[in-house]
Amino acid sequence: MAASGVNAEALVAENVTVRYAGVTALDDASLRVEPGAIVGLIGPNGAGKTTLINAITGVVRPTSGTIALGTKRLDRLPAHRVARAGIARTYQNVRLFARLDVADNVRAGAFARSGTLSDSEIVTLLERTGTTERDLRRRAGALPYGEQRRLEVARALAARPATLLLDEPAAGMNPAETIVLGRTIASVASSGVGILLVEHDMSLVAAICTSVVVLNFGRVIATGTPQEIARDPAVIEAYLGT
Amino acid sequence: MLAWFAAHSKLIDQIGINALLALSLSISLRSGQLALAQAAFMGIAAYVGAIGAVEAHWNLPLSLVIGSLCAAIAAALLALPLGRLRGVFLAIATIGFGEIARIVEINVKATGGAEGYANIPNDANTAWIYGTLGITGALILIFERSRAALAIAATREDESAARGVGIDVTAVRFGALVAGAALAGCAGVLYAHANYFITPSDFGFARMEQILVGCVIGGVTSSLGAVIGAAVMTILPESVRFLADYREVSTGAILLAIVLFAPDGIAGLWQRRA
Repeated sequence: MAASGVNAEALVAENVTVRYAGVTALDDASLRVEPGAIVGLIGPNGAGKTTLINAITGVVRPTSGTIALGTKRLDRLPAHRVARAGIARTYQNVRLFARLDVADNVRAGAFARSGTLSDSEIVTLLERTGTTERDLRRRAGALPYGEQRRLEVARALAARPATLLLDEPAAGMNPAETIVLGRTIASVASSGVGILLVEHDMSLVAAICTSVVVLNFGRVIATGTPQEIARDPAVIEAYLGT
Repeated sequence: MLAWFAAHSKLIDQIGINALLALSLSISLRSGQLALAQAAFMGIAAYVGAIGAVEAHWNLPLSLVIGSLCAAIAAALLALPLGRLRGVFLAIATIGFGEIARIVEINVKATGGAEGYANIPNDANTAWIYGTLGITGALILIFERSRAALAIAATREDESAARGVGIDVTAVRFGALVAGAALAGCAGVLYAHANYFITPSDFGFARMEQILVGCVIGGVTSSLGAVIGAAVMTILPESVRFLADYREVSTGAILLAIVLFAPDGIAGLWQRRA
């Protein structure tokens, strides 16, 4: 796989605030995802993790703050233009094109770079993400849940993104599947793709993340290596309460 | 054979026109839009083409081009305010547009009002109708192998995920609506030029219903299904004339049977898998 070299640039979010009618979902949050890095984004439920992903991908428009990929500003672009700029994502609740077949789902991912994929390239992406299904004509909605999650990653990689946003990719996976997923993510990162990983499974975060950003009530309360984060009093308090 | 053809040529022409209408609706259905203004687009083009032919002596090809262009423009103007509507809300708004178009056609002088518009040159013969259908079918076959077809299907399946892979969902929906309207316009011009005489009620809700039921019978996202469905919906009312006043019950009964036993339509019966 090419190291996505064309787009080897850092994703930088600075002082991003998102307010919905009266509710501040994200408050002055900043983070940075370098090419090849795996940045964990953790925090209790409702901390603003998915809101931050939605702000980066253009699904919601930040009330203030800037988001950029290298020198290209993303925070005023519509979602499809953000995708074309080099940001791919998966969803907390799998969002495949359920009635399209496996091949078309992966192929659709290549829209972001206006590219096409041969069947053998599609199989390569399936192999790379650990998707075991080989019937390219099978409906995506008919696959088992874990397969759907992996297929979604394959679709995202078809875009050859600069940055890949994974929203709880291990949710609903068993420990063995999670370990395979971790290897997949690490190998994608080693090809030069920056990864932002939203995850509740702390063993996965500790195993593969190069740095971790902790959100609570929409604010970044800690940033550091997984080891530093595990010792941080503010993080312990956010998770265990007082 | 020739005698049979002569006896049924009106019906055969009607099947061709209804097949074009079903295809035009299936284009917007493929993009996930339940836009029910096809009969109105058909009517706009029919009147433009007919008036042009009578008043300005346009020939049929010119009527077809200008008529379907006007239908496409109407769809483009309609798509702007309706862009944010989805599902039943879009359906209701487009039905409303259809009623507006029909009432305008009844009340303006140029269309001849409710009495209808007559003396349209009767030059849309079977060759024209099936030539248009053949070209349309070929274009759709080419289109189905293109990336644009995948963009439309992805938009139908999940708009958010489609945006997430870089598809301009707004443009896809707009394009599908306008292309469908242009095709409905072609059908409208052919209809006017095959019937000598048109009235606003030819393009009302009953027509829209007939097109929609034809599409549902065939299978909403299959072109061949749409054509077969349109044929069924044209032949069926003729074949059950013995039911007299209860004739239209057959339409409802068929629709019910399809929805219950073959929700993906006739096309779904041979496409069903996994």
